[in-house]
Amino acid sequence: MIAGLKKLVVASSIAAALLAGATSTAQAAEEQFFMLPSYRVGPYGANGQSWYGGFIDYLNYVNMKGGIDGVQATWEECETEYNNAKGVECYERMKSKAQKAPGPIHVMSTGISYALVDKVAADKLPLAMMGYGLTSAVDGSVFPWSFPLVTTYQMQASAIVKFLKDKNGGSLAGKKIVFLYHDSAYGKEPILALEAESRLNKYTLVQIPVAHPGNEQGAQWQRIRQEQPDYVIMWGWGVMNMTALKTAQKMGFPREKMIGSWWAGSEEDTVPAGDAAKGYMSATWNVAGKGVPLIADIEKTVYGAGKGNLKDTSKIGTILYNRGVSAAVLSVEAIRAAQAKYGKAKAMGPEQVRWGLENLNLTEARLKALGATGLLPEVKTSCDNHEGSGKVKMQQWDGAKWVPLTDWIEGNKALIHPLFKADAAKYAKEKGITPRDCSKEK
Amino acid sequence: MQFFFEVLIGGLLSGIMYSLVALGFVLIFKASGVLNFAQGAMVYFAALSVVGCMEKGAPLWLALILAFAIMTLLGIATEKFVLRKMVNQTPIALFMATIGLSFFIEGLAPMLWGNEVRPLDIGIVDEPIPYILDSYNMVVSSFDLFAAGVAVALVAGLALFFQYTRVGRALRAVADDHQAALSIGIPLQHIWALVWAVAGFVALVAGMLWGSRNGVQYALTFTALKALPVLILGGFTSVPGAIVGGLIIGASEKLAEIYIPPVLAEVFGGNFGGIENWFPYVLALLFLLVRPEGLFGERHIDRV
Repeated sequence: MIAGLKKLVVASSIAAALLAGATSTAQAAEEQFFMLPSYRVGPYGANGQSWYGGFIDYLNYVNMKGGIDGVQATWEECETEYNNAKGVECYERMKSKAQKAPGPIHVMSTGISYALVDKVAADKLPLAMMGYGLTSAVDGSVFPWSFPLVTTYQMQASAIVKFLKDKNGGSLAGKKIVFLYHDSAYGKEPILALEAESRLNKYTLVQIPVAHPGNEQGAQWQRIRQEQPDYVIMWGWGVMNMTALKTAQKMGFPREKMIGSWWAGSEEDTVPAGDAAKGYMSATWNVAGKGVPLIADIEKTVYGAGKGNLKDTSKIGTILYNRGVSAAVLSVEAIRAAQAKYGKAKAMGPEQVRWGLENLNLTEARLKALGATGLLPEVKTSCDNHEGSGKVKMQQWDGAKWVPLTDWIEGNKALIHPLFKADAAKYAKEKGITPRDCSKEK
Repeated sequence: MQFFFEVLIGGLLSGIMYSLVALGFVLIFKASGVLNFAQGAMVYFAALSVVGCMEKGAPLWLALILAFAIMTLLGIATEKFVLRKMVNQTPIALFMATIGLSFFIEGLAPMLWGNEVRPLDIGIVDEPIPYILDSYNMVVSSFDLFAAGVAVALVAGLALFFQYTRVGRALRAVADDHQAALSIGIPLQHIWALVWAVAGFVALVAGMLWGSRNGVQYALTFTALKALPVLILGGFTSVPGAIVGGLIIGASEKLAEIYIPPVLAEVFGGNFGGIENWFPYVLALLFLLVRPEGLFGERHIDRV
């Protein structure tokens, strides 16, 4: 009996000592936890591989260079398969881990981000939607925890219209544009902007939805052939994109008159389409290639040390890989911005990271210092502008690679931003939200 | 009217592509009475195996042979580890087993070959045939005609196989009654392994054509969804039924996608589309009410 008690006491003491050690270690190493509900399998797995590969490679790169001002980035992935229910499940599973010092959450899915907008507001966790998601969240007075950073679907659609207008000598009057879109939340987002632009620029807009997954588009393209449009703007994703390119080829529609959204403009869309993709254009908010010094340095540093996230290293420098890196750059810069205000070399809490996202100022000079000149546009956010840029470039597939066609183009802010405001106000009314007074936010 | 015929012909040619997937379902159902939910996954696995072998340096012809060998092995393994244990189980139990098999294959395929989207070039151009375009202002591609030719050849071959070979007759006997077939000395296990291998071959052909058109990727598994209404219409046990069902579904869904949305928009306002995804199922449902066994299916009569 006494021997048993002794064993229990010794065991308890060892356990207590180990626990104390573990706690002190945790306190010593400041960590910023990035929750990553990602997708690497399923219908869009190939896209997720590149994007999350780039994101994680940059976090590793930052850690290898000393962390975010000494704070180590940690992360955990949870497979969503681009499925809304699974995305929410992943969020619920990981949110307690993110309560102390979260990185911005990236779900890379408009559907999942729709499902999380209310939840993150309730849980007070920052949600980043870089190039996707709920566009009215640009209005930070209603959506303090959601950030559709860099640019939104609607500003992108407006920029595409501007590009086409410039191509046509400054006028689209009398032209016909078909909007071929994935029949989902993502595909429907820019309709409002395209309709507003069509009223302003006097072109005819024909909307043609494609049901998920979009692997058969014979009827849609027969209708396009009948309509004989001047251009086709395509809001596709995954298999829909290459099916559209192949069917356009089959129908004899020139690819030089097709322009896609940034989710329809990656190597994953064009390489499998082969010759059918040559001449096709798309918008993008980041450039491809290893010409950007940061991308080359990530390859050298991270993959040189055997810490790279991608098995297939040929994806380094692709559009989606570079987009993942760009998203990570913005996330880390938001934490740095928060550290500058709330304390250097410290992990940042949810409210502090939210502040950092809302006060980002990624200037050309800072991009240059990061080795990321030209990778993405300048970004400056505020309480009433969670987008921070609204600029995109147009690029064209030359049969082997994406070639930039333009410099950064900004959509018609005066036309589009009031649409966000109106939509956000409607949302606030529906949900009983009292908008913040942005003039009092610093 | 010219546009109507163009849509109709386009739909018929799309329907042929659905028929190719439906054929795989029919083969397994004929031999074992099982609706093989894994057929779409098999299409994906077969096409992925071809491009996987080509990436390792095999020429197309060798990659096709290797992929067929892989599909045969998969068929044998399915018989040995799944079906053999389930002889005389209820159809729903066998159906559930194929659902499990489907998820297994969908996970196994990218593990073996990776999940990147790959192009597949079988050397057939998918562009409008200039003569038809110039003479009739209709778009028909050489790829569509090639797919139709392949489907006709497959159906003819399979019909002859079932009708005139010893193995084919044994397959039909097994489909009628597992136990009765066993009692007269038909080796059930061999027959099942064989039919799964043949279904694997059909999946390979379908995978080559679908993969060549849309790229080899996970979305190939969705082709199965297009085949189900084809089966209901054509009958689960009829090889020619799969073709006729495919033609009807293909043509009707395309016509519905073109002509119904404007009517709905006029009545209700707004923008309608995506009808081709659900319209075939509604058609199949209506057909079930009138002729549950399908156009060419065997009428099921129970003697009491």
